[in-house]
Amino acid sequence: MFGKIIGWIDDRIPMTRVWNMHIAQYPAPKNFNFWYFFGSLAMLVLVNQILTGIWLTMNFVPSAEGAFASVEYIMRDVEYGWLLRYLHSTGASAFFIVVYMHMFRGMIYGSYQKPRELLWLFGMFIFLALMAEAFMGYLLPWGQMSFWGAQVIISLFGAIPVIGDDLTLWIRGDYVISGATLNRFFALHVIALPLVIVILVFLHIVALHEVGSNNPEGIEIKRKKGSVAEEDKPKFKFHEYYTDKKDIVDAIPFHPYYTVKDIVGVVGFLILFCWVVFFMPAMNGFFLEGPNFEAANPLKTPEHIFPVWYFTPFYAILRAIPDKLIGVAAMGASIVVLALLPWVDRGRVKSVRYRCGFHKWNIAGFVVTFVLLGWVGATPQTDLKTIISQICTVTYFMFFVLLFVYSKNEKTKPLPERLTK
Amino acid sequence: MMKKLLIGLFALSVNLLPNMVMAAGPSVPLMEANNDLTDQASLQRGAKLFMNYCLGCHQMQYQRYERTFRDIGIPTEVGLEQLIFDGSKVGSHITNAITKDDAAKWFGAAPPDLTLIARVKSPDYIYTYLKSFYKDESRPFGVNNIVFPLVGMPHVLQELQGLPTPITKEVEEHGHTVTKVIATETDGTGELSVDEYDQAARDLTNFLEYVGEPSRLESEALGIKVIGFLIILFILAFMLKKEYWRDVH
Amino acid sequence: MSNAPVDNGRRRFLTIATSVVGGVGAAGAAVPFIASWNPSERAKSAGAPVEVDISKLEPGQLIRVEWRGKPVWVVSRTPKMLEQMKEHEGQLRDPQSQEPQQLESSTNDYRSLRPEIFLAVGICTHLGCSPGFLQGNFGEKVEGTDDGFYCPCHGSKFDMAGRVFQSVPAPLNLEIPPYTFLDETTILVGEERGVA
Repeated sequence: MFGKIIGWIDDRIPMTRVWNMHIAQYPAPKNFNFWYFFGSLAMLVLVNQILTGIWLTMNFVPSAEGAFASVEYIMRDVEYGWLLRYLHSTGASAFFIVVYMHMFRGMIYGSYQKPRELLWLFGMFIFLALMAEAFMGYLLPWGQMSFWGAQVIISLFGAIPVIGDDLTLWIRGDYVISGATLNRFFALHVIALPLVIVILVFLHIVALHEVGSNNPEGIEIKRKKGSVAEEDKPKFKFHEYYTDKKDIVDAIPFHPYYTVKDIVGVVGFLILFCWVVFFMPAMNGFFLEGPNFEAANPLKTPEHIFPVWYFTPFYAILRAIPDKLIGVAAMGASIVVLALLPWVDRGRVKSVRYRCGFHKWNIAGFVVTFVLLGWVGATPQTDLKTIISQICTVTYFMFFVLLFVYSKNEKTKPLPERLTK
Repeated sequence: MMKKLLIGLFALSVNLLPNMVMAAGPSVPLMEANNDLTDQASLQRGAKLFMNYCLGCHQMQYQRYERTFRDIGIPTEVGLEQLIFDGSKVGSHITNAITKDDAAKWFGAAPPDLTLIARVKSPDYIYTYLKSFYKDESRPFGVNNIVFPLVGMPHVLQELQGLPTPITKEVEEHGHTVTKVIATETDGTGELSVDEYDQAARDLTNFLEYVGEPSRLESEALGIKVIGFLIILFILAFMLKKEYWRDVH
Repeated sequence: MSNAPVDNGRRRFLTIATSVVGGVGAAGAAVPFIASWNPSERAKSAGAPVEVDISKLEPGQLIRVEWRGKPVWVVSRTPKMLEQMKEHEGQLRDPQSQEPQQLESSTNDYRSLRPEIFLAVGICTHLGCSPGFLQGNFGEKVEGTDDGFYCPCHGSKFDMAGRVFQSVPAPLNLEIPPYTFLDETTILVGEERGVA
């Protein structure tokens, strides 16, 4: 009976074929480590954001008069409204944590290198869309930080020569941030950008499955047809789509091996996530900022304005430069240069494990730079911090410059023939 | 190597957290409120103080009486009789009849809504604020406040605390010597002793923290169960993974 | 559809155990989403019991009050109305009020706490229209009964105790809300308090 239903569906849409091709008989390298959890975790958080987001719109009032009160209505009057809201607000920060980890994984194992350039680019577009999504979402509670944060960020567009002022006016739809801005951000936040993100995620996965996953060793599991001895091939069945053109080594089917492994990752993540949601949803003012519990007041700027933590590294680059236009350009460049990584890195060896010692130090320096920038961007400015942020802005870009230089004729370690688990 | 790096980064970020929060706070060191959200008697006393001394000017426009009574253990009839002074229905928000225009006329600015004050500031801030009023004839209401210089409200708890006198100290600041109020001293005219007033301030702080996030206790009770459940699921999932991965060599 | 070469008992057991516990978790995660659709504190507050002053209610008169957004009728029944209610019991669907359309305290011949004061939710049990009060001219609909309620939408007929007549679309008697006499002239609609 069950088989008959499956058969009936398969005659009409390729359900079983897709399941086999992309899940049950999809060849994945057998040596994924901790860093490979974050892709599926990002997917989990996306689902969480969409579900809790839909539920929040059921009670949220997108107007300057009603927004703040409706959030408190959700927090107090709606049954479990507080939980839905905290799941969404914590999910926003969790999204950036897992995405930053996911991107870092790509950097250390060279997952952006040929032939995965487009995969990396789709990822960067997701990151951009996510930043826009988070920024617009942060305006919706209509607190002081929502208002003034949006004011500052939108003013950045004013740095663009000639059209800047008209552009900011057009984005706001008013002379200050107002109900008109709130309403358009709401529409983009709940419909347009989620749609864009879902489509980009789909393309990201299509691109991934076409080229196949990289792995911590950075060597390919797909070999030239006929180059692999029969006894070296895995004992598992993979879809003809992959085995017709290539021989496959050291791979395991995604399901059941990585599904059961990802479940462990998912539950482990949920333990940490729920701990934040239930016990410290404001995360000392990092996930929910104190001044945002005060309704937006266009006549009174809070003492210190910071973007939410996930924007602070880029914000610090902006603040480091005492010129509005150059500051904005530097901030934009800091993101664009990430997208160009596949072309900045001219190396042939992907994984940090087999690259030169300098590369390891360069990456470590980049991590320190990024964390320092994040810290500086999240705290009030002092003379010392301005200097730190200026040094870090230089070292941030230096990472890419150095990489471009040394990767051309890099002294690498010999690559192994096969993956070790 | 990666794991060590990660743990190191985590430790670093955790160490940085308190610093960053302190950096954003007021420059005067805060006293610790040490209030306890599970202490219902304290919350009830705090509610009574709020309704008697604060609600005249400050509203809690997002919080309802009924919910408050239920959460802090006051029977509806008792609450209706002893804590609702304006004939509001038990399901209404905790508001007063002052219009924004009137308030602005009397105080220069509308007294802020206090529903979320404990989240905007912090319980320690509120506690310190309540204990930091001092006599200052130069101010319109005859008082000032250490953590809120040039405060725009009278010391409404004066009948309880009395009118504290300031203790000053000469401090060097940017090369000048300035006189700063660093503490206060009771003048003995209040109804309450110093300890009793501390407790009253703590009760009021406790109540304000509760109102800031009425779901806090419910959240923690549910959180324990959810995390306990997830740990069981984690163990099962881990065993399942181990079992399957025996195939992989 | 599994692509694993081994399938032993331990593996099957762990798969089932994890699936069951995971399923319980998924069901638990659905709870806040489902529960959030219940009436909120605001809705409950707006739907709180309402007090009605009946000191000016004259015999034969009907007043409407709003409770939970629905019309509630308060009627002062005359002795003649009470008399006539007994006469047409044979034409009713449920003259003894056996269907639970009222609380225990109103399950009697008058469907009320006091015979002369009648309360009902003024919403037809057929499809939710509000029937009209035909005072003195209900005889056109049911012979021998001067007063009653007639639903304009599909012609359902109810007597002065909200009992439905036979051969009309409405299946049940009108709903009687919970209520309490706070004193001689004040009724609290929406809550039945223990008789003091």
